[in-house]
Amino acid sequence: MEKSDAFAISRRGALVGTAASAALSGAGPGAAQTAGSQPAPSRMPVSFKVNGTPVQLELDTRTTLLDALREHLHLTGSKKGCDHGQCGACTVIVDGKRINSCLSLAVMHDGDEVTTIEGLGQPGNLHPMQAAFIKHDGYQCGYCTPGQICSAVAVLGEIKAGIPSHVTASLTEAPQITNAEMRERMSGNICRCGAYSNILEAMSEVAGGSRT
Amino acid sequence: MKPFTYERAATPADAAAAVARTPGAKFIAGGTNLLDLMKLEIEAPQHLVDVSRLKLDRIEATPDGGLRIGALVTNTDLAANSVVRNDYGVLSRAIVAGASGQLRNKATTAGNLLQRTRCPYFYDTNQPCNKRKPGSGCAAIGGVSRQLGVIGTSDACIATYPGDMAVAMRVLDAKVETVDAGGQARSIPIADFHRLPGSTPHIDTVLAPGELITAVTLPKPLGGTHIYQKVRDRASFAFALVSVAAVVQRDGSGRVAIGGIAPKPWRVEAAEAAMPQGAKAVASGVVAGARPTHDNAFKVLLVGRALGAVLAEAKEA
Repeated sequence: MEKSDAFAISRRGALVGTAASAALSGAGPGAAQTAGSQPAPSRMPVSFKVNGTPVQLELDTRTTLLDALREHLHLTGSKKGCDHGQCGACTVIVDGKRINSCLSLAVMHDGDEVTTIEGLGQPGNLHPMQAAFIKHDGYQCGYCTPGQICSAVAVLGEIKAGIPSHVTASLTEAPQITNAEMRERMSGNICRCGAYSNILEAMSEVAGGSRT
Repeated sequence: MKPFTYERAATPADAAAAVARTPGAKFIAGGTNLLDLMKLEIEAPQHLVDVSRLKLDRIEATPDGGLRIGALVTNTDLAANSVVRNDYGVLSRAIVAGASGQLRNKATTAGNLLQRTRCPYFYDTNQPCNKRKPGSGCAAIGGVSRQLGVIGTSDACIATYPGDMAVAMRVLDAKVETVDAGGQARSIPIADFHRLPGSTPHIDTVLAPGELITAVTLPKPLGGTHIYQKVRDRASFAFALVSVAAVVQRDGSGRVAIGGIAPKPWRVEAAEAAMPQGAKAVASGVVAGARPTHDNAFKVLLVGRALGAVLAEAKEA
């Protein structure tokens, strides 16, 4: 345990060192649009609930919700894939809605209720979607899986709430839980291992009933 | 990301005043485009004014039978709104054709309008880009430009406006309501909201510094068949090569706006008179004066073909 902690710190230290030398050498991309001087790093308090537990943090304003969860609260289930909202590995549920936690500032979440993969279920007390992913092999390497599962849970909720998608045939009728609907709605979660068809089977099982 | 200070605004006028008085300040709402660009230091605001709690999240009828959409209504909520689905279907269709479910849950109506007109060279900070760094040149011209603009572009920039929602708003003749730092409100027709690049491609819209969008209003419903056709390289979560927002009436008349081909939603009202004559006649008016590159000349043809598919679908509806 001590060994792995030491490794984590030294690795982080190395990364910080790289960033600092890049800044000193002026190698970072220039900000053309703001000629004025940048302020010093700014810190702010923020309080929200994570998986039902109230948390209070004081964070650099630049901290994303994802980094607050991973680096400050040590909830490392949510993953950093692209860090630009393209891959969905960071997907969490905030006030009932799935979002890319990498594209959201933690300080903007004051008072919010955040649910991560750790809150959906735990070993011995799995969420039905987690159990279905295991049963149907909805992953290979597992890196995208927490985001896939948070998204999958929210997708079924979105269909039940009647929110239309690109493949919904009629805007004036409630969307149905079909394979086409689930595939389209899951397009913000990329899986490089290509477990998509198994993810779909897991979602279908949780949704219940027959699929077309 | 460069450091910035942060405040939460209490009212729209306060927010506008805060951005107007603070050097390098920007509004933030959903943040899905701004934070993406801040991570790359393409945007580097010194101060963020959080407008996300301003209660501008209502959709309500206007006295003249139209609809007023609060600036902070999310893409998901707007697309799912029953009035929008029934009376402004092209808008619902356009929104759900864009981005991903996660992004639509966060992206707001005003923020979607304000997403940067952009191209891959705008994102690549090792390349010259007149939009990112005025005067530095354009790497897209002569570069890989398959996805980029064919009309309304300039010698300084050939980026396309990437959004879908605004293409539908253009066909619906939406108006953008704003408030400025002095508390003064104005209403900007969507046709005038986004700028063509000319020699100043770093300025995307006609908004003044500190001017805040408070709502988008739609005139009373047009009736007719509403279609949004998006042609793209991937079936979901991809920008349009060409998109068509259309409202077609039973007699074949109607309106069309095109996405994916220009620095703003592209609509040529004069060309719409030819709609009963068919797609070819309309398309020739819509793309008149196009200046495609070697890579994207196909888009000029694709506009006509996408229009053809839309008009055929409208006939069957």
